[in-house]
Amino acid sequence: MAKVTIDGQSIEVPDGTTILQAARMIGGDNVPPAMCYHSKLKTSGGYCRTCIVKVSKGSDKDPRPMPKLVPSCRTTVMDGMEVQNNTSPEVLEARRGVVEFLLINHPLDCPICDQAGECHLQDLGYENGAAKTRYDFPRRKFNMIDIGPYIKMHMTRCIMCFRCVKVADQITDNRVHGMINRGDASEISTYIEKAITNDFSGNMIDVCPVGALTDKTFRFKSRVWFTKPMDAHRDCKKCSGKVALWEKGNEVLRVTSRKDKWGESEEWICNECRFEKKNIKDWVIEGPRHIDRHSVISLNHYENVVAKLKIDIAKQQKQLVDKK
Amino acid sequence: MQPLTNRSKVVVKKEMSLYEKIYLPAIISGMMITFSHFFRKKPTIQYPEQKREFSGTYRGQHVLKRDEIGAERCTACGLCAVACPAEAITMIAGERKKGEEKLYREEKYAVNYEINMLRCIFCGDCEDACPKEAIFLTDRMVKPENNRGSFFYGKDILVEGVEKEKRIDISRRQTAEVLEFKKHKEFDHNR
Repeated sequence: MAKVTIDGQSIEVPDGTTILQAARMIGGDNVPPAMCYHSKLKTSGGYCRTCIVKVSKGSDKDPRPMPKLVPSCRTTVMDGMEVQNNTSPEVLEARRGVVEFLLINHPLDCPICDQAGECHLQDLGYENGAAKTRYDFPRRKFNMIDIGPYIKMHMTRCIMCFRCVKVADQITDNRVHGMINRGDASEISTYIEKAITNDFSGNMIDVCPVGALTDKTFRFKSRVWFTKPMDAHRDCKKCSGKVALWEKGNEVLRVTSRKDKWGESEEWICNECRFEKKNIKDWVIEGPRHIDRHSVISLNHYENVVAKLKIDIAKQQKQLVDKK
Repeated sequence: MQPLTNRSKVVVKKEMSLYEKIYLPAIISGMMITFSHFFRKKPTIQYPEQKREFSGTYRGQHVLKRDEIGAERCTACGLCAVACPAEAITMIAGERKKGEEKLYREEKYAVNYEINMLRCIFCGDCEDACPKEAIFLTDRMVKPENNRGSFFYGKDILVEGVEKEKRIDISRRQTAEVLEFKKHKEFDHNR
Protein backbone atom coordinates (compact mmCIF):
# COMPACT_ATOMS: atom_id res chain seq x y z
CA MET A 1 0.00 0.00 0.00
CA ALA A 2 1.11 3.51 -0.70
CA LYS A 3 -0.17 6.75 0.73
CA VAL A 4 -0.54 9.51 -1.80
CA THR A 5 -1.69 13.10 -1.31
CA ILE A 6 -3.37 14.81 -4.23
CA ASP A 7 -4.14 18.49 -3.80
CA GLY A 8 -4.05 18.01 -0.05
CA GLN A 9 -6.39 15.01 0.03
CA SER A 10 -4.76 11.75 1.11
CA ILE A 11 -5.67 8.20 0.15
CA GLU A 12 -4.13 4.77 0.63
CA VAL A 13 -3.94 2.86 -2.63
CA PRO A 14 -2.39 -0.47 -3.64
CA ASP A 15 1.08 -0.41 -5.17
CA GLY A 16 1.08 -0.03 -8.92
CA THR A 17 -1.90 2.30 -8.99
CA THR A 18 -1.41 5.31 -11.21
CA ILE A 19 -1.86 8.85 -9.95
CA LEU A 20 -4.91 9.26 -12.18
CA GLN A 21 -6.57 6.17 -10.76
CA ALA A 22 -5.79 7.34 -7.22
CA ALA A 23 -7.28 10.74 -8.03
CA ARG A 24 -10.41 9.07 -9.38
CA MET A 25 -10.69 7.07 -6.15
CA ILE A 26 -10.73 10.35 -4.25
CA GLY A 27 -13.11 11.86 -6.80
CA GLY A 28 -14.37 15.41 -6.82
CA ASP A 29 -12.98 18.32 -8.77
CA ASN A 30 -9.33 17.41 -8.46
CA VAL A 31 -9.36 14.55 -10.94
CA PRO A 32 -7.11 15.38 -13.89
CA PRO A 33 -8.96 15.32 -17.21
CA ALA A 34 -7.94 12.53 -19.56
CA MET A 35 -8.50 12.16 -23.28
CA CYS A 36 -6.50 9.11 -24.34
CA TYR A 37 -6.63 7.10 -21.12
CA HIS A 38 -9.42 4.49 -20.91
CA SER A 39 -9.76 2.43 -17.76
CA LYS A 40 -10.90 -0.70 -19.63
CA LEU A 41 -8.10 -0.65 -22.20
CA LYS A 42 -4.64 -1.88 -21.28
CA THR A 43 -1.65 0.31 -22.15
CA SER A 44 -3.92 3.21 -23.04
CA GLY A 45 -2.83 6.69 -22.01
CA GLY A 46 0.34 8.65 -22.33
CA TYR A 47 -0.40 10.27 -25.67
CA CYS A 48 -2.44 13.37 -25.10
CA ARG A 49 -0.78 14.88 -22.00
CA THR A 50 -3.95 16.51 -20.72
CA CYS A 51 -3.65 14.65 -17.42
CA ILE A 52 -0.25 16.10 -16.52
CA VAL A 53 0.32 16.84 -12.84
CA LYS A 54 3.13 18.15 -10.71
CA VAL A 55 4.78 15.79 -8.26
CA SER A 56 6.07 18.09 -5.54
CA LYS A 57 7.41 15.24 -3.39
CA GLY A 58 8.55 11.98 -4.95
CA SER A 59 8.16 9.69 -1.95
CA ASP A 60 8.99 9.40 1.72
CA LYS A 61 12.35 7.78 0.93
CA ASP A 62 13.32 10.28 -1.77
CA PRO A 63 11.47 13.53 -1.12
CA ARG A 64 12.89 15.35 -4.14
CA PRO A 65 10.20 16.64 -6.53
CA MET A 66 10.06 15.20 -10.02
CA PRO A 67 11.91 17.54 -12.40
CA LYS A 68 9.08 17.89 -14.94
CA LEU A 69 5.32 17.61 -15.01
CA VAL A 70 4.33 13.97 -15.41
CA PRO A 71 1.37 12.31 -17.12
CA SER A 72 -0.72 11.03 -14.24
CA CYS A 73 -2.20 8.15 -16.26
CA ARG A 74 1.22 6.53 -16.68
CA THR A 75 2.97 7.45 -13.43
CA THR A 76 2.52 5.02 -10.58
CA VAL A 77 2.21 6.25 -7.05
CA MET A 78 4.88 5.87 -4.40
CA ASP A 79 4.49 5.90 -0.64
CA GLY A 80 4.31 9.45 0.64
CA MET A 81 4.00 11.01 -2.80
CA GLU A 82 2.54 14.50 -2.94
CA VAL A 83 0.85 15.57 -6.13
CA GLN A 84 -0.48 18.94 -7.19
CA ASN A 85 -3.13 19.20 -9.83
CA ASN A 86 -5.46 22.17 -9.70
CA THR A 87 -3.51 23.81 -6.90
CA SER A 88 -0.47 24.27 -9.09
CA PRO A 89 -0.61 27.21 -11.53
CA GLU A 90 2.18 25.56 -13.50
CA VAL A 91 -0.02 22.54 -14.24
CA LEU A 92 -2.98 24.66 -15.26
CA GLU A 93 -0.80 26.73 -17.57
CA ALA A 94 0.73 23.63 -19.14
CA ARG A 95 -2.69 22.05 -19.58
CA ARG A 96 -3.94 25.17 -21.32
CA GLY A 97 -1.02 24.75 -23.70
CA VAL A 98 -1.88 21.11 -24.33
CA VAL A 99 -5.50 21.98 -25.05
CA GLU A 100 -4.41 24.68 -27.44
CA PHE A 101 -2.28 22.15 -29.29
CA LEU A 102 -5.13 19.63 -29.42
CA LEU A 103 -7.40 22.29 -30.85
CA ILE A 104 -4.94 23.50 -33.50
CA ASN A 105 -6.17 21.06 -36.09
CA HIS A 106 -9.56 20.33 -34.61
CA PRO A 107 -12.29 21.90 -36.73
CA LEU A 108 -14.87 24.15 -35.13
CA ASP A 109 -17.82 22.12 -36.40
CA CYS A 110 -19.51 21.34 -33.10
CA PRO A 111 -22.86 22.55 -34.53
CA ILE A 112 -22.63 19.73 -37.07
CA CYS A 113 -20.86 17.07 -35.05
CA ASP A 114 -22.95 14.27 -33.56
CA GLN A 115 -20.62 14.06 -30.57
CA ALA A 116 -21.44 17.57 -29.39
CA GLY A 117 -22.90 17.45 -25.92
CA GLU A 118 -20.95 14.37 -24.87
CA CYS A 119 -17.59 15.32 -26.32
CA HIS A 120 -14.62 15.20 -23.97
CA LEU A 121 -12.71 17.73 -26.01
CA GLN A 122 -15.62 20.17 -25.75
CA ASP A 123 -15.58 19.88 -21.97
CA LEU A 124 -11.82 20.13 -21.86
CA GLY A 125 -11.80 23.14 -24.15
CA TYR A 126 -14.50 24.83 -22.11
CA GLU A 127 -12.66 24.36 -18.86
CA ASN A 128 -9.06 24.86 -19.92
CA GLY A 129 -9.03 26.33 -23.39
CA ALA A 130 -8.50 29.82 -24.60
CA ALA A 131 -11.49 31.39 -26.31
CA LYS A 132 -9.45 32.30 -29.35
CA THR A 133 -6.94 30.42 -31.44
CA ARG A 134 -3.54 31.89 -32.24
CA TYR A 135 -3.06 29.60 -35.21
CA ASP A 136 -3.29 31.29 -38.60
CA PHE A 137 -2.57 28.39 -40.92
CA PRO A 138 -5.28 26.27 -42.54
CA ARG A 139 -6.30 23.21 -40.57
CA ARG A 140 -5.70 19.70 -41.81
CA LYS A 141 -8.25 18.52 -44.33
CA PHE A 142 -9.37 14.98 -45.01
CA ASN A 143 -12.27 13.45 -46.80
CA MET A 144 -14.80 11.57 -44.73
CA ILE A 145 -14.32 7.83 -44.93
CA ASP A 146 -16.92 5.12 -44.47
CA ILE A 147 -15.25 2.34 -42.58
CA GLY A 148 -17.67 -0.49 -42.81
CA PRO A 149 -21.41 -0.08 -43.18
CA TYR A 150 -21.94 1.40 -39.74
CA ILE A 151 -19.08 3.72 -38.93
CA LYS A 152 -18.17 7.05 -40.44
CA MET A 153 -14.77 8.57 -39.84
CA HIS A 154 -13.97 12.28 -39.83
CA MET A 155 -10.22 12.35 -39.71
CA THR A 156 -10.25 16.13 -39.28
CA ARG A 157 -11.69 15.71 -35.80
CA CYS A 158 -9.25 13.03 -34.64
CA ILE A 159 -6.89 13.91 -31.80
CA MET A 160 -4.70 10.78 -32.15
CA CYS A 161 -5.58 9.20 -28.83
CA PHE A 162 -5.11 5.60 -30.11
CA ARG A 163 -8.12 4.41 -28.14
CA CYS A 164 -9.86 2.92 -31.18
CA VAL A 165 -6.69 1.11 -32.19
CA LYS A 166 -6.42 -0.35 -28.70
CA VAL A 167 -10.04 -1.48 -28.84
CA ALA A 168 -9.37 -3.31 -32.07
CA ASP A 169 -6.23 -4.84 -30.61
CA GLN A 170 -7.66 -5.92 -27.31
CA ILE A 171 -11.28 -6.92 -27.82
CA THR A 172 -11.29 -8.07 -31.42
CA ASP A 173 -8.99 -10.71 -32.84
CA ASN A 174 -8.05 -9.12 -36.11
CA ARG A 175 -7.18 -5.47 -36.33
CA VAL A 176 -7.47 -3.94 -39.77
CA HIS A 177 -6.95 -0.29 -38.94
CA GLY A 178 -4.20 1.70 -37.35
CA MET A 179 -2.17 4.86 -37.44
CA ILE A 180 -0.34 5.52 -40.68
CA ASN A 181 2.28 8.16 -41.46
CA ARG A 182 4.14 10.08 -38.83
CA GLY A 183 4.05 13.26 -36.80
CA ASP A 184 1.87 16.01 -38.14
CA ALA A 185 0.85 13.86 -41.12
CA SER A 186 -0.32 10.89 -39.09
CA GLU A 187 -3.87 9.64 -39.52
CA ILE A 188 -6.04 6.72 -38.52
CA SER A 189 -6.75 4.58 -41.51
CA THR A 190 -7.61 1.18 -42.74
CA TYR A 191 -5.32 -0.12 -45.43
CA ILE A 192 -6.91 0.54 -48.83
CA GLU A 193 -10.11 1.56 -47.05
CA LYS A 194 -10.80 -1.93 -45.94
CA ALA A 195 -14.12 -2.26 -44.18
CA ILE A 196 -14.05 -2.97 -40.48
CA THR A 197 -16.56 -5.76 -40.10
CA ASN A 198 -15.67 -7.25 -36.76
CA ASP A 199 -18.59 -7.91 -34.45
CA PHE A 200 -17.28 -5.57 -31.78
CA SER A 201 -16.04 -2.81 -34.06
CA GLY A 202 -18.84 -0.48 -32.92
CA ASN A 203 -17.04 0.02 -29.62
CA MET A 204 -14.62 2.25 -31.47
CA ILE A 205 -17.40 4.82 -31.57
CA ASP A 206 -17.85 4.72 -27.81
CA VAL A 207 -14.19 5.04 -26.97
CA CYS A 208 -13.59 7.92 -29.36
CA PRO A 209 -13.36 10.97 -27.09
CA VAL A 210 -14.23 13.30 -29.97
CA GLY A 211 -16.52 12.95 -32.96
CA ALA A 212 -14.00 11.36 -35.28
CA LEU A 213 -15.76 8.01 -35.29
CA THR A 214 -19.53 8.32 -35.42
CA ASP A 215 -22.46 5.97 -35.72
CA LYS A 216 -23.84 6.07 -39.26
CA THR A 217 -27.25 4.82 -38.12
CA PHE A 218 -27.50 7.85 -35.82
CA ARG A 219 -25.90 10.33 -38.19
CA PHE A 220 -27.69 13.70 -37.92
CA LYS A 221 -30.81 12.02 -36.52
CA SER A 222 -31.01 14.19 -33.47
CA ARG A 223 -28.88 16.25 -31.17
CA VAL A 224 -27.85 14.23 -28.14
CA TRP A 225 -29.60 16.54 -25.71
CA PHE A 226 -32.98 16.03 -27.35
CA THR A 227 -32.85 12.29 -26.76
CA LYS A 228 -33.75 10.45 -23.57
CA PRO A 229 -31.12 8.07 -22.25
CA MET A 230 -32.50 4.87 -20.74
CA ASP A 231 -30.80 1.85 -19.25
CA ALA A 232 -31.88 -1.31 -21.02
CA HIS A 233 -30.82 -4.88 -21.55
CA ARG A 234 -31.57 -7.88 -23.73
CA ASP A 235 -30.36 -11.45 -23.95
CA CYS A 236 -27.44 -11.38 -26.29
CA LYS A 237 -25.26 -14.37 -27.00
CA LYS A 238 -22.28 -12.31 -28.02
CA CYS A 239 -22.13 -9.63 -25.35
CA SER A 240 -23.55 -8.70 -21.96
CA GLY A 241 -26.49 -6.99 -23.64
CA LYS A 242 -26.42 -4.15 -21.10
CA VAL A 243 -26.74 -0.90 -23.00
CA ALA A 244 -27.95 2.67 -22.86
CA LEU A 245 -30.78 3.48 -25.25
CA TRP A 246 -31.15 7.01 -26.57
CA GLU A 247 -34.82 7.48 -27.31
CA LYS A 248 -36.94 10.15 -28.87
CA GLY A 249 -40.59 9.51 -28.33
CA ASN A 250 -40.99 5.78 -28.71
CA GLU A 251 -38.20 5.55 -31.22
CA VAL A 252 -34.76 4.20 -30.36
CA LEU A 253 -32.36 6.49 -32.16
CA ARG A 254 -29.10 5.13 -30.87
CA VAL A 255 -27.71 2.34 -28.74
CA THR A 256 -24.45 2.83 -26.89
CA SER A 257 -22.59 1.07 -24.14
CA ARG A 258 -23.12 2.36 -20.63
CA LYS A 259 -20.51 4.90 -19.74
CA ASP A 260 -19.24 5.55 -16.25
CA LYS A 261 -18.86 9.01 -14.81
CA TRP A 262 -15.54 9.45 -16.55
CA GLY A 263 -17.22 8.84 -19.90
CA GLU A 264 -15.60 5.46 -20.37
CA SER A 265 -17.54 2.36 -21.42
CA GLU A 266 -18.38 -0.05 -18.63
CA GLU A 267 -18.89 -3.06 -20.85
CA TRP A 268 -18.33 -3.69 -24.53
CA ILE A 269 -21.38 -4.41 -26.64
CA CYS A 270 -21.67 -6.18 -29.96
CA ASN A 271 -22.65 -4.68 -33.28
CA GLU A 272 -25.94 -6.52 -33.38
CA CYS A 273 -27.11 -4.83 -30.19
CA ARG A 274 -25.70 -1.50 -31.25
CA PHE A 275 -26.82 -1.17 -34.84
CA GLU A 276 -29.59 -3.64 -35.54
CA LYS A 277 -31.85 -3.60 -32.51
CA LYS A 278 -33.53 -0.26 -32.98
CA ASN A 279 -36.98 -1.40 -31.98
CA ILE A 280 -38.05 -0.59 -28.46
CA LYS A 281 -39.68 -4.03 -28.18
CA ASP A 282 -36.26 -5.68 -28.46
CA TRP A 283 -35.25 -4.24 -25.13
CA VAL A 284 -36.20 -4.51 -21.48
CA ILE A 285 -36.15 -0.96 -20.14
CA GLU A 286 -34.68 -0.66 -16.66
CA GLY A 287 -35.20 3.05 -16.10
CA PRO A 288 -33.85 6.48 -16.93
CA ARG A 289 -30.10 6.62 -17.03
CA HIS A 290 -28.31 8.80 -14.52
CA ILE A 291 -26.93 11.88 -16.22
CA ASP A 292 -24.71 14.36 -14.43
CA ARG A 293 -26.65 17.55 -13.86
CA HIS A 294 -23.82 19.61 -15.31
CA SER A 295 -24.24 17.90 -18.65
CA VAL A 296 -26.38 19.46 -21.37
CA ILE A 297 -28.01 16.05 -21.77
CA SER A 298 -29.64 16.48 -18.36
CA LEU A 299 -31.87 19.10 -19.97
CA ASN A 300 -35.48 17.96 -19.69
CA HIS A 301 -34.19 14.64 -18.37
CA TYR A 302 -36.01 13.40 -15.32
CA GLU A 303 -34.76 10.43 -13.39
CA ASN A 304 -37.05 11.11 -10.48
CA VAL A 305 -39.51 8.86 -8.79
CA VAL A 306 -42.29 9.46 -11.30
CA ALA A 307 -40.30 8.18 -14.26
CA LYS A 308 -39.21 5.11 -12.32
CA LEU A 309 -42.71 4.60 -10.99
CA LYS A 310 -44.13 4.54 -14.52
CA ILE A 311 -41.78 1.73 -15.49
CA ASP A 312 -42.56 -0.10 -12.25
CA ILE A 313 -46.28 0.11 -12.89
CA ALA A 314 -45.82 -1.11 -16.45
CA LYS A 315 -43.83 -4.07 -15.12
CA GLN A 316 -46.50 -4.95 -12.56
CA GLN A 317 -49.23 -4.67 -15.15
CA LYS A 318 -47.30 -7.00 -17.40
CA GLN A 319 -46.90 -9.48 -14.56
CA LEU A 320 -50.63 -9.38 -13.93
CA VAL A 321 -51.34 -10.06 -17.58
CA ASP A 322 -48.85 -12.92 -17.57
CA LYS A 323 -50.50 -14.47 -14.51
CA LYS A 324 -53.89 -14.41 -16.15
CA MET B 1 -85.28 37.61 1.43
CA GLN B 2 -82.43 37.73 3.88
CA PRO B 3 -79.26 39.20 2.32
CA LEU B 4 -76.27 36.86 2.28
CA THR B 5 -73.75 39.59 3.02
CA ASN B 6 -73.86 43.14 4.32
CA ARG B 7 -72.41 44.38 1.06
CA SER B 8 -75.56 43.98 -0.99
CA LYS B 9 -77.66 47.11 -1.35
CA VAL B 10 -81.37 47.21 -1.72
CA VAL B 11 -82.42 49.00 -4.93
CA VAL B 12 -84.98 51.64 -4.27
CA LYS B 13 -87.18 52.67 -7.19
CA LYS B 14 -87.53 56.37 -6.59
CA GLU B 15 -90.14 58.51 -8.24
CA MET B 16 -88.38 60.65 -10.95
CA SER B 17 -88.66 64.46 -10.85
CA LEU B 18 -90.08 66.42 -13.82
CA TYR B 19 -86.52 67.43 -14.87
CA GLU B 20 -85.54 63.78 -15.08
CA LYS B 21 -88.81 62.79 -16.69
CA ILE B 22 -88.33 64.83 -19.87
CA TYR B 23 -84.98 63.04 -20.51
CA LEU B 24 -83.71 65.73 -22.94
CA PRO B 25 -81.06 67.31 -20.65
CA ALA B 26 -79.56 63.85 -20.01
CA ILE B 27 -79.50 63.06 -23.73
CA ILE B 28 -77.87 66.39 -24.60
CA SER B 29 -75.16 66.04 -21.96
CA GLY B 30 -74.46 62.51 -23.24
CA MET B 31 -74.23 63.65 -26.85
CA MET B 32 -71.87 66.47 -25.79
CA ILE B 33 -69.39 63.87 -24.62
CA THR B 34 -69.81 61.90 -27.85
CA PHE B 35 -69.33 64.90 -30.13
CA SER B 36 -66.34 66.17 -28.19
CA HIS B 37 -64.50 63.00 -29.26
CA PHE B 38 -64.75 64.08 -32.92
CA PHE B 39 -62.23 66.82 -32.26
CA ARG B 40 -59.73 64.78 -30.32
CA LYS B 41 -56.54 63.26 -31.73
CA LYS B 42 -57.21 59.73 -32.95
CA PRO B 43 -55.35 57.06 -30.99
CA THR B 44 -55.68 54.48 -33.79
CA ILE B 45 -54.02 54.30 -37.20
CA GLN B 46 -55.04 52.60 -40.45
CA TYR B 47 -52.63 49.69 -40.00
CA PRO B 48 -51.61 48.16 -43.31
CA GLU B 49 -51.35 51.56 -45.04
CA GLN B 50 -49.97 53.46 -42.10
CA LYS B 51 -47.31 52.00 -39.86
CA ARG B 52 -46.15 53.06 -36.47
CA GLU B 53 -42.51 53.70 -35.89
CA PHE B 54 -40.89 50.72 -34.18
CA SER B 55 -38.23 50.91 -31.54
CA GLY B 56 -34.79 50.06 -32.82
CA THR B 57 -34.73 46.91 -30.75
CA TYR B 58 -38.20 45.69 -31.72
CA ARG B 59 -38.22 41.89 -32.04
CA GLY B 60 -40.71 40.54 -34.54
CA GLN B 61 -40.97 37.67 -36.97
CA HIS B 62 -37.88 35.52 -37.38
CA VAL B 63 -35.81 35.13 -40.51
CA LEU B 64 -33.41 32.36 -41.46
CA LYS B 65 -30.58 34.05 -43.29
CA ARG B 66 -28.68 32.94 -46.34
CA ASP B 67 -25.03 33.73 -46.92
CA GLU B 68 -23.53 35.80 -49.75
CA ILE B 69 -23.87 33.08 -52.35
CA GLY B 70 -27.40 32.21 -51.26
CA ALA B 71 -26.74 29.08 -49.24
CA GLU B 72 -28.73 28.55 -46.06
CA ARG B 73 -26.68 29.33 -43.01
CA CYS B 74 -28.65 27.15 -40.59
CA THR B 75 -27.00 23.84 -39.84
CA ALA B 76 -29.69 22.46 -37.52
CA CYS B 77 -27.42 22.39 -34.50
CA GLY B 78 -30.40 22.71 -32.19
CA LEU B 79 -28.94 25.41 -29.96
CA CYS B 80 -31.86 27.76 -30.65
CA ALA B 81 -34.27 25.01 -29.63
CA VAL B 82 -32.33 24.47 -26.40
CA ALA B 83 -32.18 28.18 -25.66
CA CYS B 84 -35.88 28.71 -26.41
CA PRO B 85 -37.69 29.21 -23.07
CA ALA B 86 -41.07 28.57 -24.71
CA GLU B 87 -39.93 25.44 -26.56
CA ALA B 88 -41.33 26.86 -29.76
CA ILE B 89 -38.62 25.64 -32.12
CA THR B 90 -38.35 22.16 -33.60
CA MET B 91 -36.20 20.91 -36.42
CA ILE B 92 -35.18 17.83 -38.33
CA ALA B 93 -31.64 17.66 -39.63
CA GLY B 94 -30.51 16.09 -42.86
CA GLU B 95 -27.27 15.43 -44.65
CA ARG B 96 -26.27 17.55 -47.60
CA LYS B 97 -25.83 15.58 -50.77
CA LYS B 98 -23.17 16.18 -53.38
CA GLY B 99 -24.08 19.09 -55.64
CA GLU B 100 -26.07 20.92 -52.97
CA GLU B 101 -23.13 22.98 -51.76
CA LYS B 102 -24.73 26.14 -53.12
CA LEU B 103 -27.98 25.47 -51.30
CA TYR B 104 -26.64 24.66 -47.87
CA ARG B 105 -23.57 26.09 -46.28
CA GLU B 106 -22.60 23.14 -44.11
CA GLU B 107 -22.56 19.37 -44.37
CA LYS B 108 -25.71 19.20 -42.29
CA TYR B 109 -28.81 21.32 -42.82
CA ALA B 110 -32.33 21.68 -41.50
CA VAL B 111 -34.77 19.65 -43.59
CA ASN B 112 -37.59 20.91 -41.43
CA TYR B 113 -37.47 23.98 -39.28
CA GLU B 114 -40.59 25.05 -37.50
CA ILE B 115 -41.37 27.84 -35.11
CA ASN B 116 -44.68 27.82 -33.33
CA MET B 117 -45.55 31.50 -33.36
CA LEU B 118 -48.25 31.00 -30.77
CA ARG B 119 -45.66 29.73 -28.34
CA CYS B 120 -42.91 32.17 -29.26
CA ILE B 121 -42.44 35.00 -26.81
CA PHE B 122 -40.03 36.93 -29.05
CA CYS B 123 -37.31 37.03 -26.43
CA GLY B 124 -34.51 36.75 -28.97
CA ASP B 125 -32.65 34.00 -27.14
CA CYS B 126 -32.51 31.93 -30.34
CA GLU B 127 -30.66 34.74 -32.01
CA ASP B 128 -28.14 34.91 -29.18
CA ALA B 129 -27.64 31.16 -29.16
CA CYS B 130 -27.11 30.77 -32.90
CA PRO B 131 -23.44 29.97 -33.62
CA LYS B 132 -23.89 30.36 -37.36
CA GLU B 133 -25.63 33.78 -37.40
CA ALA B 134 -28.53 32.12 -39.17
CA ILE B 135 -31.60 33.14 -37.19
CA PHE B 136 -32.54 36.73 -36.49
CA LEU B 137 -35.60 38.49 -35.23
CA THR B 138 -36.70 41.28 -37.55
CA ASP B 139 -38.94 44.33 -37.27
CA ARG B 140 -41.71 42.59 -39.19
CA MET B 141 -44.96 41.72 -37.43
CA VAL B 142 -46.39 38.24 -37.37
CA LYS B 143 -49.54 38.25 -39.50
CA PRO B 144 -52.89 37.40 -37.96
CA GLU B 145 -54.33 34.09 -39.11
CA ASN B 146 -57.73 32.44 -39.10
CA ASN B 147 -56.65 29.13 -37.66
CA ARG B 148 -54.04 27.91 -35.22
CA GLY B 149 -52.36 25.63 -37.75
CA SER B 150 -51.20 28.57 -39.85
CA PHE B 151 -49.04 29.80 -36.99
CA PHE B 152 -46.60 26.92 -37.41
CA TYR B 153 -44.07 28.74 -39.52
CA GLY B 154 -42.00 26.39 -41.63
CA LYS B 155 -38.98 27.00 -43.77
CA ASP B 156 -41.14 28.36 -46.61
CA ILE B 157 -41.96 31.43 -44.50
CA LEU B 158 -38.84 31.71 -42.39
CA VAL B 159 -36.04 31.40 -44.95
CA GLU B 160 -35.35 34.57 -46.88
CA GLY B 161 -35.24 34.64 -50.68
CA VAL B 162 -32.07 34.17 -52.67
CA GLU B 163 -32.53 37.29 -54.81
CA LYS B 164 -31.13 40.54 -53.57
CA GLU B 165 -34.50 42.28 -53.32
CA LYS B 166 -35.96 39.38 -51.36
CA ARG B 167 -33.21 39.45 -48.74
CA ILE B 168 -34.42 40.66 -45.38
CA ASP B 169 -32.56 43.48 -43.77
CA ILE B 170 -31.53 42.71 -40.22
CA SER B 171 -29.05 45.51 -39.81
CA ARG B 172 -31.55 47.69 -37.98
CA ARG B 173 -31.28 45.74 -34.76
CA GLN B 174 -27.58 45.12 -35.21
CA THR B 175 -26.42 48.48 -33.96
CA ALA B 176 -22.74 49.34 -33.97
CA GLU B 177 -22.64 48.66 -30.25
CA VAL B 178 -24.16 45.22 -30.73
CA LEU B 179 -21.74 44.31 -33.49
CA GLU B 180 -18.81 45.54 -31.43
CA PHE B 181 -20.02 43.51 -28.45
CA LYS B 182 -20.39 40.37 -30.53
CA LYS B 183 -16.76 40.59 -31.58
CA HIS B 184 -15.65 39.94 -28.02
CA LYS B 185 -15.89 36.20 -27.83
CA GLU B 186 -14.27 36.22 -24.41
CA PHE B 187 -17.45 37.60 -22.86
CA ASP B 188 -19.59 34.95 -21.25
CA HIS B 189 -22.56 36.10 -23.27
CA ASN B 190 -20.87 35.41 -26.59
CA ARG B 191 -19.45 32.02 -25.82
